[in-house]
Amino acid sequence: MSVTREDVAKIAKLARIAMDEQELDRMVPEFNNILAWVEQLGEVDTAGVEPMTAVIPQALRLRDDVIDADPQTGGGRQDDVLANAPVAEHGFYGVPKVIE
Amino acid sequence: MTDLTSLGVREIRDGVAAGNFTAREVAEAFNAAVEAATALNAFIVTTPEKALEAADAVDAARAKGETLGSMAGVPIGMKDLFATDGVQTTAASHILEGFTPRYESTVSAKLWEAGCGMLGKLNLDQFAMGSSNETSYFGNVCSPWRKEGSNAAMSPGGSSGGSSSAVAARIAPAATGTDTGGSIRQPAAFTGICGIKPTYGRCSRWGVVAFASSLDQAGPMARSVEDCAIMLGAMAGFDPKDATSLDAPVPDWFGGLNADLRGKKVGIPKEYRMDGTSQEILDSWEKGAEWLRDAGAEIVEVSLPHTKYALPAYYIVAPAEASSNLARYDGVRYGLRDLPEGAGLQDMYAATRAAGFGDEVKRRVMLGTYVLSAGFYDAYYTQAMKVRTLVQRDFDAAFGQCDVILAPTTPTPSFPLNSLNDDPLTMYLNDVFAVPASLAGLPAMSVPATVTADGLPLGLQLVGRAMDEQGVLNAGLAIEQRAGFVAKPERWW
Repeated sequence: MSVTREDVAKIAKLARIAMDEQELDRMVPEFNNILAWVEQLGEVDTAGVEPMTAVIPQALRLRDDVIDADPQTGGGRQDDVLANAPVAEHGFYGVPKVIE
Repeated sequence: MTDLTSLGVREIRDGVAAGNFTAREVAEAFNAAVEAATALNAFIVTTPEKALEAADAVDAARAKGETLGSMAGVPIGMKDLFATDGVQTTAASHILEGFTPRYESTVSAKLWEAGCGMLGKLNLDQFAMGSSNETSYFGNVCSPWRKEGSNAAMSPGGSSGGSSSAVAARIAPAATGTDTGGSIRQPAAFTGICGIKPTYGRCSRWGVVAFASSLDQAGPMARSVEDCAIMLGAMAGFDPKDATSLDAPVPDWFGGLNADLRGKKVGIPKEYRMDGTSQEILDSWEKGAEWLRDAGAEIVEVSLPHTKYALPAYYIVAPAEASSNLARYDGVRYGLRDLPEGAGLQDMYAATRAAGFGDEVKRRVMLGTYVLSAGFYDAYYTQAMKVRTLVQRDFDAAFGQCDVILAPTTPTPSFPLNSLNDDPLTMYLNDVFAVPASLAGLPAMSVPATVTADGLPLGLQLVGRAMDEQGVLNAGLAIEQRAGFVAKPERWW
């Protein structure tokens, strides 16, 4: 399968990456080269083969059902969470207006 | 006094414990070496004060007669993919420039606990995507090695290129690396040092900037097998904060080192004899088999029939996971925000990501977006995950006939910077021998074997059964003892 310039523009939009005309032109052949190369996976007979779900088999654990079971991943750290935000106001992340 | 920067992990920790020198003297020596090596561009930020602070704590603990940690007094480099509390963590990207975590990754916290100090944050390929350390926003890393009779700057490999360059140049006795599809082993091979990627889940991923979560594993890079064994012991262990952390005891790998391989079988995978592999690599592989035979092992041929499909499968699986993991970089929560005049939220996302991601990162995020998109998911992603199952089954079958697998780490030695980056595919092929073990989650190590006719190091790779880091380290030790690898890069920086 190969992709067109329009396809690549759509992928860029889905990935939320702005691309100008020049970047799109450069990306199309690169993309198609890589896709042509991964095409060879189609040769492999995978009938009856399950896709891998866990590389090392292990049971999923449940954590204790308590608030802040681990203080590092628990709540109550608003200042830490907002410390690196480009814009934070009144204890919230700031974003451009989304409703007209 | 001996030049302290020539010492490795074990020599430093034993010397500090015995009182031959202080941890502070060691930290000062390495801080000075780091400062004098800016031409390598191995560090994104240096933290000499952190190295000294940790050293002083070790010296004070020793003076009080306290029990010292397994790496007490050893200053190390930290790949800038590990979140470090209060110290900028960038993944070598513009989008995370200035990001200063308010928490410490589990692996780095364990190393500080063991008595290490931090020399600085090491450069890498951006978001660990690359095999040459040419995709960093903070510039290429140079290998300390050069071809004989040439001044051309060589690649230290990638993505852990700052780590490999620093350890090979003796400006750090050891460094952390991470390996998603060869990012510890390939740079170790390119620079004549050792590096081990443990079994998936051995080292916690908590606080490590995510690339491809089902593949990412941290591991040590150092100049000897025993140094790697010591450091891996300090890094590994169960962490409830990582859902895929292995809940298993950490063996005493250093104490268990044993190069006597009598009764062990070493598998030589016939499919690794690929076109395009240099003759010198093939010769070193042959030599490696002889060394292991000399150590008492029996050499057997094994087959890993899906080897040629591992790399294309990896280039679907890893970008797919990356496209999902990197969705978090949106200009809202941390890092860069690019808000064009009058732009709305969606435009801000797209502008921020366009400005903050490098070309290789964009390529992989878009490739991942494509293979996961409606209509293509089964043809690409599901098929790749089925192939991944087959690659793992190949290893299961091979380990029915042998205990450890010996293969080259890379198809070529290091190459000059800027020589391969016109074509992403050629670059990807660097990891053709490294990726299968990653897809199967197996422990794998690179140890230096020899140097080429023009003076560049070559590494050999050992792959073991899941959880058998000891078998990998032991075979690595047997090679190290026989290879007699003493070559060092001549100082030009």
